[in-house]
Amino acid sequence: MNKYFTNIIEVIKSFLKEVGEIAYFAGRFFKEFLFSPYEFKEFLRQCYYMGNRSLFLVGVTGFIIGLVFTLQSRPTLQEFGAVSWMASMVSVSIIREIGPIITALICAGRIGSGIGAELGSMKVTEQIDAMEVSGTNPFKYLVITRILATTLMLPLLVIFGDVLAIYGSYLVENIKDNVSFQLYFNQVFNILEYSDIIPATIKTFFFGFAIGLIGCYKGYNCKKGTAGVGKAANAAVVYTSMLLFIIDFIAVFVTNIFYKM
Amino acid sequence: MENITNHKTIIEIKNLHKAFGTNKVLDGFNLVLNEGENLVVMGKSGSGKSVMIKCLIGLEAPDSGSILVMNKEINTLEREVIDELRTEIGFLFQGSALYDSMSVRENLEFPLRRHTKKFGKIKNTTPLVLEALESVGLVSAIDLMPNELSGGMKRRIALARTLILKPKIILYDEPTTGLDPITSKEIILLMKSIQKKYNTSSIIITHDVDCAKAIANRMILLIDGINYIEGTFEKLSSSTDPKVQAFFK
Repeated sequence: MNKYFTNIIEVIKSFLKEVGEIAYFAGRFFKEFLFSPYEFKEFLRQCYYMGNRSLFLVGVTGFIIGLVFTLQSRPTLQEFGAVSWMASMVSVSIIREIGPIITALICAGRIGSGIGAELGSMKVTEQIDAMEVSGTNPFKYLVITRILATTLMLPLLVIFGDVLAIYGSYLVENIKDNVSFQLYFNQVFNILEYSDIIPATIKTFFFGFAIGLIGCYKGYNCKKGTAGVGKAANAAVVYTSMLLFIIDFIAVFVTNIFYKM
Repeated sequence: MENITNHKTIIEIKNLHKAFGTNKVLDGFNLVLNEGENLVVMGKSGSGKSVMIKCLIGLEAPDSGSILVMNKEINTLEREVIDELRTEIGFLFQGSALYDSMSVRENLEFPLRRHTKKFGKIKNTTPLVLEALESVGLVSAIDLMPNELSGGMKRRIALARTLILKPKIILYDEPTTGLDPITSKEIILLMKSIQKKYNTSSIIITHDVDCAKAIANRMILLIDGINYIEGTFEKLSSSTDPKVQAFFK
């Protein structure tokens, strides 16, 4: 029994230590990001790499989610004679919640694990040390550029995914009920308000920051050995996924407070 | 080998201490490197050779002690000053540490583009890249990626990347480890020719006796965290101390 409690205390201690280290890493990001030199070229390369290369995956996933969501919701709405509400229901669900969280989870798997593995591999093969001794600040070159790139690219990817998801939904409606493009999108824009779009977009910046931060933290602090690289990539996805849901919960909570005001 | 102990001191380590937890790796280590000298530091695996060299370049912070590099105390310098000083110090990593997402050309250009203070803004880096590659005899590899290179080629390219900043000091961390005897000899010859051509001072960390014999002006044996004995290769290899003899058997 005593051993059991000791283990629990150890787990809590190591969890709190890790949270503290991540907070310190984030603090270092804000401290160093404000001062020159700025690595614009590497930042643009990372934006291209993360944005362009994730575009297809996010687009296809968004489109299929739109199709499936509409097909699955149809029978229930039909039962209540509310199929005409389909466009409104789908667009609000996708813009407020499904689009941001699904895209962020995809990017956590695609981009976060990639960053964790890349930086982890650079760490164990001494490439980060080599960068340091060549007079380049590796934190600025590798970490700040990647975190900024994920923070700025995720909202764009979410918007792209949302548009394709709504278009997928329209296609189902068009095939099933011959709903016109104009009618469907009129309904979408009639129901959507700034209060749907702005909070949902703001939280995607935080999602992007979380993906970059955890991926970089895990890779940059990777322990020696190839097994460490695998662990870093894996932990980057697991930690980020958890953090995304926590951020999402906080975002919804804060948005609701503002609504009530 | 020429005796250059009377030359100007370029690096001086005094009473260096470094421990990892309860494991004392360096326990009062001292070292002096003179201008134009090749100083070999030998020691068993895990004896603290690499830790010492990393403290010297500021990659590890020592627990106590003084490290003077070109009359600058490395532990008290601002990051920007250290970065500038590092352009005068080349470091050849044991595993070469080439940036694997960049081609050989990009690997060599990387440090060059960041040190505009030393070189000014260079529009065309190709002549400097070619000069460095020529020094290591690998001009033909300019557009290859690191995964297309053999172990010996990687070591040469890493050396070219070090040379491109025209350093005054080169630190070699196990330069021949993991290479076959023929490639090892080639690397040793290359190190000697580079020292002649660029007039560099070097610290070579190794446990390869052949490498030490070929290149050392002076040697230090790092045992129990201290500079246990130092002198020429001949002096150390003829020592009757069993701890010293163990390295040369």
